[in-house]
Amino acid sequence: MQPTQIHATTHTAEPAHHAHHHIVPFKVNMAVGISLLILTAVTVWVAQFDFGSMNMVVAMTVATVKAGLVVAYFMHLRYDNRFFFAMLLVCLIALTVFIVFTMMEQKSRASIYEYEMQEIRKNAKMYEKKGLLPPKDTPPAKH
Amino acid sequence: MNEVTTFPTTDYHTASPSAAQHHEIAHHSPYQAHHFTDMVQQFDAAKMGMWIFLLTEILLFGGLFCAYAVYSTEHAVMFHSAHKMLDWRLGALNTVVLITSSLTVALAIRSIQLNQRKAAIWLLIATLACAAIFLIVKYFEYSHKIHLGLLPGKYYHYDGSEGVIVGNNPHIFFGLYFAMTGLHGLHVVVGMIVLGWVLVRLIKGEFNSEYYTPVELGGLYWHLVDLIWIYLFPLLYLIG
Repeated sequence: MQPTQIHATTHTAEPAHHAHHHIVPFKVNMAVGISLLILTAVTVWVAQFDFGSMNMVVAMTVATVKAGLVVAYFMHLRYDNRFFFAMLLVCLIALTVFIVFTMMEQKSRASIYEYEMQEIRKNAKMYEKKGLLPPKDTPPAKH
Repeated sequence: MNEVTTFPTTDYHTASPSAAQHHEIAHHSPYQAHHFTDMVQQFDAAKMGMWIFLLTEILLFGGLFCAYAVYSTEHAVMFHSAHKMLDWRLGALNTVVLITSSLTVALAIRSIQLNQRKAAIWLLIATLACAAIFLIVKYFEYSHKIHLGLLPGKYYHYDGSEGVIVGNNPHIFFGLYFAMTGLHGLHVVVGMIVLGWVLVRLIKGEFNSEYYTPVELGGLYWHLVDLIWIYLFPLLYLIG
């Protein structure tokens, strides 16, 4: 592996001894920071509208654009070794599979058996109800 | 690597191996550990380790995001009603504060890359100040919730004095709220400790344009804290 070559091509204006460290220009940093602040305002603004079931999609899309800016510029991933980006993708795919499969299971549960999340009663003690443990407030049985 | 390397018998960890001990001295940085081919490889190895750690952090919060997804679909009405108890203005303020702190960290790294040590020091101090503001705002939010009894599980004892929450099991929303923002707040505290340590070393003059790996890695950690909050803010404060 010859990482020097990968990095040397990304930037030419730097002196030779830091050719491998890409320095993000001041203007780019400021532009990203200001974009993030504007997108925060957008996040708040779009939350006022009701897009029905698309509400979550809209909110998450704006958040992901913001996250993408942070990762690409502030975390330098755009200028870094591509392998880091590949690692991040593997992680995000794993996370997506985890959440999507959980949601598929949860949404299809009702077709298998009668299922509805119940209200949790006040002072409910689930171990006592299942008979797994004796209630704490009863005296021990006499033999 | 066709040269035969003789390992220095002493001091191969310190900053200045003598030319006699090290015949590759001409192109060796004093900061380079002997088991790396060059500074680029050393820097990338450190960064890769940090990224792997950050990915495990994403998966750690991923578990909470999954729990949020499950409970918010089961209790859509309650989540919408309960989220009104959070003040979105304070959430937005904290978002702005964290984004600003991310920007100052990114600029601090840029400064040390350009050998502007003083600028880097002030930018890191600004970052720590933003982190402190974040925690102060969080403190006011938490104490208000605790005062009202908007708490997780069996500690929930809200009496509806600031608006009634519609729907079942509102304590689940506050359980998730405290778990997610609490774990995130813990990361803010750890990030402050890490950046404080980086700041001390920076003041001591231990970093320069050739060697600033801890600044870079501490910065990456801080950006992750910002990244998580970017998702937490709309999920908890702005449910549609």
